[in-house]
Amino acid sequence: MQLSKDDLLKAYRMMKTIREFEERLHVEFATGEIPGFVHLYAGEEASGTGICMHLDERDKIASNHRGHGHSIAKGCDVDAMMAEIYGRGSGLCAGKGGSMHIADLSKGMMGANGIVGGGPPLICGAGLAAKQLGTKGVAVAFFGDGASNQGTTMESLNLASVWNLPCIFVVENNGYAEATSSNYSVSCDDAADRAGAFNMPGVVVDGHDFFAVYEAAGEAVKRARDGSGPTLIECKLNRYYGHFEGDAQTYRGKDEVKNLRATIDCIDNFRDRVTSAKLVEKEELDTIDAEVGKIIDDSVDKAKSAPVPAASELTTDVYVSY
Amino acid sequence: MARNISYQQAIGEALAQEMERDQTVVIMGEDVAGGAGAPGEDDAWGGVLGVTKGLYGKFGDRVLDTPITESAFIGAAVGAATAGLRPVAELMFIDFMGVCFDQIFNQAAKFRYMFGGNAETPVVIRTMYGAGLRAAAQHSQCLYPVFTHIPGLKVVTPATPYDAKGLLIQAIRDNDPVIFCEHKSLYTLEGDVPEEAYTIPFGEANITREGDDVTIVTLGRMLHVAQEAADALSKDSINCEIVDLRTTSPIDTDTIIESVENTGRLVVLDESNPRCSIATDVSALVSQEAFDSLKAPIRMVTAPHVPVPFAENLEDLYIPDAEQVKQAVNMVMGK
Amino acid sequence: MSNSIQAICMPKWGLSMKEGTVAAWLVDEGDEISPGDEIMDVETEKISSAVEASESGILKQQVANEGETLPVGALLGVIGNADSSGEDINAFITEFQANYVPPADDEEDVGAATENLELEGRNIRYLKKGEGGSPLILVHGFGGDLNNWLFNHDALAGQHTVYALDLPGHGSSSKDVGEGTIVNMVEIISAFMNALELDKAHLIGHSLGGAIVLSMAITYPEKAASLTLIGSAGLGEEIDGDYLNGFIAAERRKDLKPHVEKLFSDPALVTRQLINDLLAFKRIDGVQHALEKVLASFAPNGKQSNILRDKLKDVSCPILVIWGANDRIIPASHARDLADNVKVEIIEGQGHMVQMEAATKINQLIDDATT
Repeated sequence: MQLSKDDLLKAYRMMKTIREFEERLHVEFATGEIPGFVHLYAGEEASGTGICMHLDERDKIASNHRGHGHSIAKGCDVDAMMAEIYGRGSGLCAGKGGSMHIADLSKGMMGANGIVGGGPPLICGAGLAAKQLGTKGVAVAFFGDGASNQGTTMESLNLASVWNLPCIFVVENNGYAEATSSNYSVSCDDAADRAGAFNMPGVVVDGHDFFAVYEAAGEAVKRARDGSGPTLIECKLNRYYGHFEGDAQTYRGKDEVKNLRATIDCIDNFRDRVTSAKLVEKEELDTIDAEVGKIIDDSVDKAKSAPVPAASELTTDVYVSY
Repeated sequence: MARNISYQQAIGEALAQEMERDQTVVIMGEDVAGGAGAPGEDDAWGGVLGVTKGLYGKFGDRVLDTPITESAFIGAAVGAATAGLRPVAELMFIDFMGVCFDQIFNQAAKFRYMFGGNAETPVVIRTMYGAGLRAAAQHSQCLYPVFTHIPGLKVVTPATPYDAKGLLIQAIRDNDPVIFCEHKSLYTLEGDVPEEAYTIPFGEANITREGDDVTIVTLGRMLHVAQEAADALSKDSINCEIVDLRTTSPIDTDTIIESVENTGRLVVLDESNPRCSIATDVSALVSQEAFDSLKAPIRMVTAPHVPVPFAENLEDLYIPDAEQVKQAVNMVMGK
Repeated sequence: MSNSIQAICMPKWGLSMKEGTVAAWLVDEGDEISPGDEIMDVETEKISSAVEASESGILKQQVANEGETLPVGALLGVIGNADSSGEDINAFITEFQANYVPPADDEEDVGAATENLELEGRNIRYLKKGEGGSPLILVHGFGGDLNNWLFNHDALAGQHTVYALDLPGHGSSSKDVGEGTIVNMVEIISAFMNALELDKAHLIGHSLGGAIVLSMAITYPEKAASLTLIGSAGLGEEIDGDYLNGFIAAERRKDLKPHVEKLFSDPALVTRQLINDLLAFKRIDGVQHALEKVLASFAPNGKQSNILRDKLKDVSCPILVIWGANDRIIPASHARDLADNVKVEIIEGQGHMVQMEAATKINQLIDDATT
């Protein structure tokens, strides 16, 4: 399919921003300065990017605990995200949510979620709202192989199907749910196999291949906008880091991650393809690399020097009115 | 215009009037119409006890029957509320909250706070509670204390048809998540209800009877038990003041304290189980805020710490009655 | 049996009253009583007030006890004179009690339930009581309803056909007030009379209702048999803007109570139920907006805008102006120095709701003025 050069650069920038954001967090987290838990998306960029490239301001996404990539792909402000992860008052959620609850409803990002399987029902709701209000928007739930087993997910697939909702359910199957492999815990070989049980199309795509994801997503978005109902997309991919930062990943094979980085990295793949097809110049991508590097550096500096929320913020915004 | 209608009709009327007024109000739940996909009548049930009957005919696809998948459809109601709709979802029995509690207490209740004030979740979850219909342990509980505990939720427990209509309209117009608790034994209770739409603010208790001797704080169906006890006590020249909470979150602390400061004696009557109930909540509140006004220790009248039994005689023993309230009042009066 | 023995009975105040509680006797056995004297304080669900004597005589026996709750019509006490013997009194009581039937639970006064009319596309609730005699139309004031006249309906219905309506925006009438002007309200009253085929009626208005009926008499002189203006708007600039704004703004009982207390000379009349009923009214959809519109029209910025004082001299029908001397809402000074064709009665010790607190007196004055 044809992506314009602008689109190709946009996709690269998006993936690169996510990668740099996560890699930097990995380093910073190790210093002990970042509170709580973070769950890094590095390695999975093609999935979030390939799908979100089709979305606009009408559309909504809901994410999981590994939500930084989805947030960036949906257009959330990088500085505000970093500040949020650092627990500062200037954060995207005023420092009150943190990494696991990062959200920006104004951008249609309905939140990262600390509850596995928390997203799919919300996305049924967003799909229902789009349908009732006639916005022609679509709603995308991103979740993992672990969540694909959750009752909430199954129920949501069923509901989206019987109500014919404009929803897309994206299983980002990275082979591990926390420390347990999907081999063990998912009863079928492909999570996408379950789609048929809920009377919707299910496709498996190589989650390292931006273009494969982009194509599958394009069809699913079109289906949803046309009123033809939901789709399940399973992106088979890999995460480079642990379930959470601090996870030594001893459940993975020796050099497993090292090999993945060397052989199937989605950003390297993208770069190779677009440059060898002469769609984009190497220098243009290098420029983006440098710009992104600076943006991430700046965001960390800003976050580190931003003040924490005022003590009075403890009790604000529990209710609209009480 | 005032006329007598039932608690059930008052709720149905509130729903109909709000759906008429605001196109973004939608209803979803199991059998809220009934008959979906089946060859017989549309709107076959109108809710398991008929509260939503007739709405499907008026509002069509804004009345959505759901599969029996609470976590999905309650979660969908929550998600839809952040995306521009004002859903009124029905959790058929409050006892079913176990299968969708995450969507309520971890998602709906917390979005606004976790997202730094940048979220509004105007969802109403209507649900039936309470014993008396011999529906046994898994269909008869009073679980509003559990919701009351959660910051970010509002919890409403109307005791009369007038209150039910006004509080439900208020709930639908409220921009926070509201758990609207309907006592199933009150559905046939009739009362004076204006035809026009009206609201009742949350956090305003209703003093249904004034008296100087003892304050009875109560809610829901127990209001009527308190009134029965108060009538009997007045023959012994004990004048009870009855405070119907109407909402447990927010709770009208001022009215409770003002009343206790006047009477000096408190009995709290709550149909829920005793541990971590509204009875313990109000008692602790009053102990802390009005200790010096108390002339006697506070007495709580609640169900026992048991599941709701099936056998009729046992269920009747389970539910607090006027005699128990009388005994508690006599105790605080030192008789 | 001496026929100067009379019963004092539990009155019926308003349509829904079924019973009242004797709060306190205000006279002792053996005391002399004149008409209008307050004999006992009674509390009902809706309101607390005093039972006034309608006869003169001596209170011979207190039959009801303080704290007792009795149904409407029940015997409270017996009035006699110096000759009435103990035996006569006892016989009277025995006969009364033998014949007394308390009202049944679901009994409605025949013909006294409220009715509704569609006027100018809006629903108007009204009460009609009594038959024959000339028609009286009672028009309440800002924030009120036809029950502001609940101590007057029955008494006046003895000699007249009495109509009391809820103005638009009030009571159970439609909450659509149009532009909310006095002119709009006059049109409603005019349409009301036309619909009921009343060519002419005695127009009696309280507070804003006074300004409305006065305006009506000016606009439709052929429709006004007489005018009675009680604590009326329209006769001067001064009005308690704090009360008006406070009444509108108050959302909770605590906020509303101090304002409502200003209406009465005896704040004990302001029961919890009265406040609850007012809050329930204010919480009906459209009421806030209606009240704001009406206020903006007749008294913006704490001053009345529609002063008709100078037009009084041109009104040809008889005019009676009644005021409570201690009216805190509209000052009694507005009742002074009016045109020569106006009869004025200022009642000492009374406030804005004089037609409720001195009902016996007011009913007498209205009767005299309209018969």
